[in-house]
Amino acid sequence: MPASAPHPDAARCREFALHLRRSAIRMVHEARSAHVGGSLSMADLLAALYGSVLKIDPKRPDAPERDRFVLSKGHACAAFYAALAHRGFFPESWLETFYRDGGKLSGHATHKGVPGVEISTGSLGHGLSMSSGMAYAGKSDGADHRVFALLSDGECDEGSTWEAALFAGHHRLDNLIAIVDYNKIQSLGATREVLDLDPFADKWTAFGWAVREIDGHDMDEILSTLYSAPFKPGKPSCVIANTVKGKGVDFMENKLLWHYRNPDAEEYARAIDQLEVGA
Amino acid sequence: MRTAFLQTLEEMASQDERIYFVTGDLGFSVIEPFREKFPRRFLNAGVAEQNMTGVAAGMALSGKIVFTYSIANFPTLRCLEQIRNDGAYHEANLKVVSVGGGFAYGALGSSHHATEDLAVLRAIPGMTVLSPADPLEAEHATRAAATTDGPFYLRLGKAGEQRVHPGPIDFRIGKAIRVREGSDLTVIATGSILKACVEACAALEVDGISARLLSMHTIKPIDAAAIAEAAEQTGAIVTVEEHSVIGGLGSAVAEVLAQHPGRRPPLKILGLPDRFCRDVGGQSYLLKRNRLTAEGIARAAAAVHRDPIDATGVKP
Repeated sequence: MPASAPHPDAARCREFALHLRRSAIRMVHEARSAHVGGSLSMADLLAALYGSVLKIDPKRPDAPERDRFVLSKGHACAAFYAALAHRGFFPESWLETFYRDGGKLSGHATHKGVPGVEISTGSLGHGLSMSSGMAYAGKSDGADHRVFALLSDGECDEGSTWEAALFAGHHRLDNLIAIVDYNKIQSLGATREVLDLDPFADKWTAFGWAVREIDGHDMDEILSTLYSAPFKPGKPSCVIANTVKGKGVDFMENKLLWHYRNPDAEEYARAIDQLEVGA
Repeated sequence: MRTAFLQTLEEMASQDERIYFVTGDLGFSVIEPFREKFPRRFLNAGVAEQNMTGVAAGMALSGKIVFTYSIANFPTLRCLEQIRNDGAYHEANLKVVSVGGGFAYGALGSSHHATEDLAVLRAIPGMTVLSPADPLEAEHATRAAATTDGPFYLRLGKAGEQRVHPGPIDFRIGKAIRVREGSDLTVIATGSILKACVEACAALEVDGISARLLSMHTIKPIDAAAIAEAAEQTGAIVTVEEHSVIGGLGSAVAEVLAQHPGRRPPLKILGLPDRFCRDVGGQSYLLKRNRLTAEGIARAAAAVHRDPIDATGVKP
């Protein structure tokens, strides 16, 4: 595939992605929690969305005309919370309460008391249905906003994900954009070994979606792809973002271990070193 | 009851633009009027209850009041986590409607027996659980669900139930309706089994037993005050439900009674035993096999009145 043309927001979004990676690793390290690999694989996608694509106003998180973003892979919420804090939905200090007793931010994306979180997730396979409902309601109202849903590859094992895919295709929800963080590692192994999703794009196409496969770490390509949605009028858009689990930290990349493992002090320092601007 | 629900919903939908009706591909020959009247607000989600419920929750979070509709266990147990996480946790205006509570689809077999739904749904935080007894209660329950914020479960009978209440009723969520007065014992019923309870209470009266009868159309929030009153004023309580004896009306009443600081009369829970139905047959046949007939209820209530220790194993 030819390289995408440089996008004017790309440099800023790349820096934002680094910030999200650093924040996610710090939060997970300090909270002694997990799921850092999936936060890192989707960091560039999140940075593009929250740095440029989404029409949102942190001062009016419930504005009816806002774009909706649903983190269906709710376990990777560390980077998501960091993006919201950075955009000013809530104070950065809340990030220090992640996963803590009496804190504001629980270990899966939670909307209760957290401005900017559209819906709570954590059980896989729910986000695309709820996003489809939001998109359907938007169509019914003749509204212009769009609904973006970020899915994990693992949750494409869930039957409900495919129920939603069938529904969105049938109802021609071209205000819905599903992005799959296709890092190819799920909870207990490689997706290819657990339940092979390939031919992945063909499945979405067969369900009535317009599909683009991209490099989920190429910011120019992410931005140009997301800005060109809907890819076809009358069809929901699916972006299969080929990503690397643990992206940006060499010893975490493509390692199942970092679905669970919590970086110790030495690993944390090494990771942060690799994520400095210009590193 | 189904007809009362659909007619009331149509009426409500003509007054409130936010009301949407989403079916899981069921309702042939009864849902068509709604579809014709409100095509934009009618949605057949297909045979996909998990997605139906998630979609409905997403719509509800976009400002709609969404009724999901199917039969037996399909709109409840099949998509329980969507009801819990997507609907209830978000305090969404998700109104889950099941046609065919209990043995309404008796001859179709255990897959179609909705006999644990009350137990399961009432355990979910924030759910209001309604189980109306006749078309009039169903009409009021539908109105209440459409006009009260938050997630609801509405358990309906099927079709053709007769009206039990002769006159108008004072239907309020969480308030039992006193169907008849009585002092010796109180029968508390939920759902269409109320009709058999009316007949049972009449038979008890012939035998010189004065039975109060409550229609407990709201399983959650349960009317604790009416239960406490029955405990103080009458000699025994008999609950009757077309549902497992585990977790439903009887359990909800027992939870109140066990923590009631005053007098605790003997309690008998009539319902379905903790096993899958082994019989084949229609609703009235299966109810008869489980002694949930007017005669069976009267006999059980009379036994509690005569000899509570023998009938309940509890000293009064």
